[in-house]
Amino acid sequence: MTAIPLEHVLILACILFTIGFFGVIVRKNTLFMLMSLEVMLNAVGVAFIGAGSVWQQADGQVMFILILTLAAAEVAVGLALLIRLQQRFKSLDIDCLSQLKG
Amino acid sequence: MIVRFASIESLFYLAALIAIIASLKVVTQKNTVHALLYLVVSLLAVAVCFYLMGAPFAAGLEVIVYAGAILVLFVFAIMMFGLKNDETKYAPQSKGLTIWLGPCVLAVLLLVALLFSFDSADIQQQLNATVISSKEVGILLYGPYLLAVEIASFLLLAGLVAGYHYAKPDAQGGHL
Repeated sequence: MTAIPLEHVLILACILFTIGFFGVIVRKNTLFMLMSLEVMLNAVGVAFIGAGSVWQQADGQVMFILILTLAAAEVAVGLALLIRLQQRFKSLDIDCLSQLKG
Repeated sequence: MIVRFASIESLFYLAALIAIIASLKVVTQKNTVHALLYLVVSLLAVAVCFYLMGAPFAAGLEVIVYAGAILVLFVFAIMMFGLKNDETKYAPQSKGLTIWLGPCVLAVLLLVALLFSFDSADIQQQLNATVISSKEVGILLYGPYLLAVEIASFLLLAGLVAGYHYAKPDAQGGHL
């Protein structure tokens, strides 16, 4: 049992997740949306680590490592797509994607 | 004086506050590079939170993989974008200190919190009692979670292949 109460850790995770979520919703620049996604994934990691430390189990850290690999793969694919977007439309605006035709 | 009042909780709240402020700045910045600076500070603050929660292994991973590898990926991508048609030109012109003063102050506050926790024998004793070592994590990772590790490795391979394919220039036969 750590000195930090679980409620406060979860409140921190909620606040960080909300900030990231509003970043994804509000921003139009896709690069900022990717950064906000990072903040959101990070908040989930905080919740997992906090729960793992309260119950003194290593499972929380295992889940954190899996989230880390997910974030790395997501950023790699996302940035490659953004490079494509920038080459084609000369802009990172998310509204440019509505012009895509299948 | 201050050292006596510094407990794990207060240090955690300081780091959490820094993480929230830095995350807010990431979302509200106009310039991508300045937002990246604040993102680094936010990730470092979360790493300090992990350390204070008794997970030094996760804190190290956060600094190395998130603040190290993923952020470098962002910086490379921003350099490739050229930033000519980005929001940067609408941002206020350089005002000397002001741009990097914010992230610097937050990072120094984090360093002070970390040094307090190293300095205080009481906090160190409390942290050592609750720490979850990397050995336990490793045993769990290659025991019950073996399948999840395999799936994560497939995910990384898929990310590698997709990143290579999507970012390939048209001249080299790249097409979507």
